[in-house]
Amino acid sequence: MKFSFFRMLAFAALVILPASFASAQNFRPVLLYDIGGKFDKSFNEAAFRGAEQFARETGIEFRDFEPNSETQYEQALKRFARRRADLIVAVGVGYSVAVRNVAEQFPNVKFTVIDAVIDLPNVQSVTFKENEGSFLVGMIAGLASESGKIGFIGGMDIPLIRRFQVGYEQGANYVRGDLEFIENYVGTTPSAWNDPIKAAEMAKSQYARGVDIIFSAAGPSGLGVINAAKDNGALAIGVDSNQNHVQPGFVLTSMLKRVDLAVQQAMLSAHGGTWAPGHQVLGLPEGGVDYAMDEHNAALISEEMRTQIEAARAKIVSGEIVVADVDGGNDGH
Amino acid sequence: MEFLTDIVLLTDSTLRIAAPLILAALAGLCAERAGIVDIGLEGKMLGAAFAAASAAAITASAWAGLAAGILFSVALALLHGYVSINQRGNQIVSGMAINIMVAGLAPLLAIAWFSRGGQTPFLDSSMRFTEITLPFADVLQDVPFLGAIYSDLISGHNLLTYVAFAAVPVVAWVLYKTRFGLRLRAVGENPEAVDTAGISVTLLRYQAMIIAGILCGISGSALSTALGAGFIRDMSAGKGFLALAAMIFGKWKPVPTLLACLLFAFVDALQGRLQGVSLPLIGEIPVQFTIMLPYVLTVIILAGFVGKMEAPKASGIPYEKDR
Repeated sequence: MKFSFFRMLAFAALVILPASFASAQNFRPVLLYDIGGKFDKSFNEAAFRGAEQFARETGIEFRDFEPNSETQYEQALKRFARRRADLIVAVGVGYSVAVRNVAEQFPNVKFTVIDAVIDLPNVQSVTFKENEGSFLVGMIAGLASESGKIGFIGGMDIPLIRRFQVGYEQGANYVRGDLEFIENYVGTTPSAWNDPIKAAEMAKSQYARGVDIIFSAAGPSGLGVINAAKDNGALAIGVDSNQNHVQPGFVLTSMLKRVDLAVQQAMLSAHGGTWAPGHQVLGLPEGGVDYAMDEHNAALISEEMRTQIEAARAKIVSGEIVVADVDGGNDGH
Repeated sequence: MEFLTDIVLLTDSTLRIAAPLILAALAGLCAERAGIVDIGLEGKMLGAAFAAASAAAITASAWAGLAAGILFSVALALLHGYVSINQRGNQIVSGMAINIMVAGLAPLLAIAWFSRGGQTPFLDSSMRFTEITLPFADVLQDVPFLGAIYSDLISGHNLLTYVAFAAVPVVAWVLYKTRFGLRLRAVGENPEAVDTAGISVTLLRYQAMIIAGILCGISGSALSTALGAGFIRDMSAGKGFLALAAMIFGKWKPVPTLLACLLFAFVDALQGRLQGVSLPLIGEIPVQFTIMLPYVLTVIILAGFVGKMEAPKASGIPYEKDR
């Protein structure tokens, strides 16, 4: 009995060891998505595209994991850390507590967390200046609005989303002084991200009150806003990924958050040996946020508008315009 | 004038929000009147929303979506029926099991079929129940007051919203004016008496579950193919439980249940309207407070204003013949 057990062990060692020797020479990055799945047409998909871009450039395979609930965050992080992944990229503010716990236990593993800020020697935190991107789409809304009333629909009422709203209103006021704003938040719990019916109802109410453009920073709930825009023959502004294609002609533009860029850069720098812990903020100067232009909204945004927007972009980059922010935008919740 | 427009908009919004609630509450009412506690309304709604969106996306037909939604919801209702009628299981546990099962199963299937992170494809207008303009709505638009009510309030809803409001008198008629309705109510109050009269308790309760399944199926389909345009995980967002509360608040009677649904929907519409509005003396109301309103109202009403609750006597108790 004992003999066969050792034989099994020896056999297992024979199988496993060469494999681990072989991969020890390789760089092994891991990508952990937020809840919502890899192909969510938004945040996670952007992260996936970034990792895929890295894989294409370097020929290095990456591994990824889609959690189904918050409880899996820490399990997944630990599992990959124990297998000595070289870099673990975790996407989403929800990971803040889990990454802090696991990074303390595995000081030799590198972690990059996106949208959260963690102060540990082996953690790199990447956040975005959503307010700067929102400033630009706010300008577009201000320039394109005919009724002089524009709307904002946020998902869960947290500082991160308030940051979108602050930038949006500042940008709109920058181009036009007489604008009226109507804002709504879908809710105060995480279920607010997944309530397109309520978001659509709020959008319908805003359109009926004279709003002609609504910027939604509400995750999947925002699809309800885009749909309401189509039903009312009005305009919506998408968020995170380029959502112009969702209802072509009814999405004025999208506020892009270049999660793909952040993931790709983290993996490339870790592979090249230039990875450094600390806090990176990606704003307009770094190309971390932007507005989306493609064939679906080319007819909606004139050349003249673009000139004004690009002029404002240059002023933000040079520091001439300071976009306001809110406190605690990337704290865990 | 702005006040009048606000009232019209709020009422319009109330009708839209109320429609799925009414259907689900009537489903719960039919089940409980027959003696089956149906806490699985939420799961059935979500399941129907998913089935309807999937079928509509594949066949490009809203009607096929509605049929699939109803079928899936009825299947879940029969499952609940099998556990609670044949196996005499705990109905609360079975209902919760359905809720949890669907919450996981629907996104799983959506990922497997559509690879969109638990969503179904976006539905085009041709694959949805879109807004219907009733005859003469355009002509009567200019008639003062009544024109606004007819053209803005009554006209311009989707088909399933009209179905929801039509379902109330139909359910009331079936329950109170037909032989089947009498038996259904009897089986929820005193199943022994029904059994003694030579009528099958099991069959009646299964029939009630099928009716509940159909109503819940329409409610779920309304979420994904009429009010929305596609399935998104957890999109029912507690509406099933709200419907259950409305039914209890309505004392298990169709018309009071309708009024309860309208009240909940009105407060929900109102809270969206009140966000960011400055009131005299108070100033701007915080979002957290307005979002809290519907739930505070629910607690106040249930605690203070409903009076004595008379649930169907045999509700939640499995019927055992040989006792």
